Amino acid sequence: MGNKQTIFSAQQLDAYQSYVPFQRLFSRYRDLAPQLVPLDYTHQPDVKLPYELIGSMPELKDNPFRQRIAEVFSEDGEGNMTLDDFLDMFSVLSEMAPRDLKAYYAFKIYDFNNDDFICKLDLVKTLNKLTRNELTEDEVRMVCEKVMDEADMDNDGRLSLEDFQHVIVRAPEFLRYRHTPQ
Amino acid sequence: KPTSGRKRRRRRESKKERKKDEGRGSRNAQHAVDSGERTEKERQRKRRKDREEKAEHVQSLDKSKVNSRDFEGEGEDEEVEEEEEEVEKEVRPETLTPEELEKLKEAVDDKKKLIQALRGKPWPMKKKHSTLRESQEFLEKYEGALGKGKGRKLYAYKVMMNKKWMKFKRDFENFTTACIPWEMKIKEIESHFGSSVASYFIFLRWMYGINMILFGLTFGLVMVPEALMGRPYGSMPRKTVPRAEETNAMDFAVLWDFGGYAQYSVLFYGYYNSQRAIGWLKFRMPLSYFLVGVGTVAYSYMVVIRKMARNANETGGGDENSFNFSWKTFTSWDYLIGNPETADNKFASITTSFKEAILEEQESRKDDNIHLTRFLRVLANFLVLCCLAGSGYLIYFVVRRSQKFALEGFENHTWWERNEVNMVMSLLGMFCPMLFDVISALENYHPRVALQWQLGRIFALFLGNLYTFIIALMDEINLKRKEEDVVQFNMTMWEASLHNNTADNSTAPPLFTHPADVPRGPCWETMVGQEFVRLIISDTMTTYITLLIGDFLRAVLVRFLNYCWCWDLEAGFPSYSEFDVSGNVLGLIFNQGMIWMGAFYAPCLPALNVLRLHVSMYLQCWAVMCCNVPQERVFKASGSNNFYMAMLLVILFLSTLPAIYTIVTIPPSFDCGPFSGKARMFDVIQETLESDFPAWISKVFSYAANPGLVLPFMLLMVLAIYYLQSTSKSYKEANVELKKKLQMPLPPPVVAMPTKERPPGTQPGTRGKVNHPGCRESRARRDGDEDVRVCEREDLCSESNMRRHAGNLGWLTSGQNI
Repeated sequence: MGNKQTIFSAQQLDAYQSYVPFQRLFSRYRDLAPQLVPLDYTHQPDVKLPYELIGSMPELKDNPFRQRIAEVFSEDGEGNMTLDDFLDMFSVLSEMAPRDLKAYYAFKIYDFNNDDFICKLDLVKTLNKLTRNELTEDEVRMVCEKVMDEADMDNDGRLSLEDFQHVIVRAPEFLRYRHTPQ
Repeated sequence: KPTSGRKRRRRRESKKERKKDEGRGSRNAQHAVDSGERTEKERQRKRRKDREEKAEHVQSLDKSKVNSRDFEGEGEDEEVEEEEEEVEKEVRPETLTPEELEKLKEAVDDKKKLIQALRGKPWPMKKKHSTLRESQEFLEKYEGALGKGKGRKLYAYKVMMNKKWMKFKRDFENFTTACIPWEMKIKEIESHFGSSVASYFIFLRWMYGINMILFGLTFGLVMVPEALMGRPYGSMPRKTVPRAEETNAMDFAVLWDFGGYAQYSVLFYGYYNSQRAIGWLKFRMPLSYFLVGVGTVAYSYMVVIRKMARNANETGGGDENSFNFSWKTFTSWDYLIGNPETADNKFASITTSFKEAILEEQESRKDDNIHLTRFLRVLANFLVLCCLAGSGYLIYFVVRRSQKFALEGFENHTWWERNEVNMVMSLLGMFCPMLFDVISALENYHPRVALQWQLGRIFALFLGNLYTFIIALMDEINLKRKEEDVVQFNMTMWEASLHNNTADNSTAPPLFTHPADVPRGPCWETMVGQEFVRLIISDTMTTYITLLIGDFLRAVLVRFLNYCWCWDLEAGFPSYSEFDVSGNVLGLIFNQGMIWMGAFYAPCLPALNVLRLHVSMYLQCWAVMCCNVPQERVFKASGSNNFYMAMLLVILFLSTLPAIYTIVTIPPSFDCGPFSGKARMFDVIQETLESDFPAWISKVFSYAANPGLVLPFMLLMVLAIYYLQSTSKSYKEANVELKKKLQMPLPPPVVAMPTKERPPGTQPGTRGKVNHPGCRESRARRDGDEDVRVCEREDLCSESNMRRHAGNLGWLTSGQNI
């Protein structure tokens, strides 16, 4: 903002503008660490913001899944995000992203061990993060069993992407719960 | 013929060279084909292709003259994993055969679709960039080529215009999103309070939009023409304040009651003249008045029903209970929350909701004492009915009393007695819902059911009150009409007396009496309009005052008295109030109902409502952020969306009924309004048809209004509704069937599994030995020389176990190894 000139090649701008409100997001990215992020992106500098900075953004700060979100969208899987990863993340989280895209990424987020399936352990971790460990073990176990019962179509003890999408597509609230930063 | 899958570099040459090249090209292509067939590895082919390209390049450089556009694309393609079609690259369209042209067109279309769908693909940004770049280059290279010879420039121009149009559309969409009023405010509220509270404000904004349109209609087509082109104030008896009231016509108290100068203005029905056409534009005022009245109702119906249809589409009619726990787990976190306090509340509410669901799941149908519960529920309903009857009678009594006061003249009574009706209605609206809340504790329902009962009862309360109010109003109207006969008689007497006075000189100049002195006929329509306006004003005031006292004052007290109080005020008894979503929504809906009812008699009502909603928006936004705390039990915003719309529709229907009744049955006052002098208000249509339209139209209408035509038409519509309903029912059933099919396995005798590879062990004709990989009833067996899990106990499988035999659904799961 102000009189700082951000420098991107016209081609880059054009490419980015197709999917995200670019200028706004870039200024947010830069504001997280002004000394790390250069203004001149034409040479595609290799800049990664560490997870701690990303996790401190107001949109993500209170989210119990922020670590997983950062891990899913970051290149190195650790949560350190380049500009591309950052844009990716917010383009999926925005209201404009289609439902299937959100479902795909939601699946990845809930898959803690990154094995392309949501197994019981993943469910337990999800539940604990969601309730901040307030449910007893028995209750957690019961809920996970119910979820498996409801959603696991091929009965292999874990949820695949298709099972997950099958469940999510019918959920009335799923579409509403994502947003872009202002 | 040249194969697909190869990229080539070619330069455009002159016609002579082209022929040669063609020959060479096909030869090279043939060579390439042969080479392609010979090698199977991609790398080898690539190497060879590179070599060939180099050879071609050298050759074409030698032989050709470059004198036209260069169609070089990038030669290297690194996307080895792409399944993108790479069509034959003979870039001279004249030399392409129709099939190649088709293929090229298809490829171009595919690329275009790919670019458009790029947003929705779950690829990392780098991959999106490279795909986008590649597709764009491909398009640039070949789109132009597809244009036929002479039209090529036009084609390129079209392409460029298309791109510009896309950009313009995108910018326009961004602009329109930025233009939505109050978006930032609502987003802020959403992040603090969750989506249920925000849904109230979104509903308020939507109502504001509707009211703006209604305001535009009434203001632009009724009030402005009359103000600009009608006879001005004071020119006619009906437009002037009567002499008797002149002294206090300007008093604030009178104006606040919408008497005095406010009454004799464009704000109310009585001011309008029944002259058929006014001004130099010959504006048909009565017709316009009537049509605007009808139009506001029609527009409202259209908008509400369209919104309902859209909501119904979105929810899609899913079954709520089949994925209860899964939805709670995966979708209950509200990603819109950006505030730690709200986040804490959300965590707590999620935990509570899980515990509730677990409890419900654990306690199986335990009706401890169904008789007691039933008795209590009947008792509760009885109490509620008593309440409703009592409140109805109270209003009736109060209205009767105020009629008596009106006859005696309002000046003799206190302020309370003058505004009794409105005050009583507002107070009832405030206290009865609380009473219902207490009574509903007897019923012991599930909270969601209890909330619906509560909403239903409050709805009935408001309806009952409103209708009692209207019936009282009808009494007043009848009174006024009786008065009319008396007044008419009096007026003839008065005119006769005037003429008598001038009977001496028969050629006297026309007598001039000031319009204020002319005796006036009673005007029940204006009275009705005034009543509605007063009701709305008092309702608004009550709401704002309740807001200020109930929320703001309470918050101030809790905050500051907490320092010197024995118990913790913030956590304990009063604490801060929560935002009452359902109460506020109901209030909004009922207010809108009153607007619809009264808009015909008081054209100022939509304007008043617009102002009111505007102020409400800001006031309530401020109050919510300042004095309210987020709810503890988060109210599901989605489920009730259509519930509110349905109530709005019911209110719309019920509120247009009285207006329609009065229009159709009661004759208009003879001395005021645009329909004075007519037998019925809708006669204006008849009159317009006769005088303004050619003769044949009125004949057509008279035929159309013939009962012989109308009745069969109605019968047809009833049949159409019945047909549509039965098809929709059959669709729903088909839907349910298909859903069941998704969950149940294919029936056992079906042995042809629709997967490409059969899992080992199943051959056609193996009855009863179907492979159920996840089946608990199956056992490992040696079938031939393979290990196979075979289920032999299907006949014993119960319904509940059927779901577990889902291994046959290989076509749903992709590539699962058994």
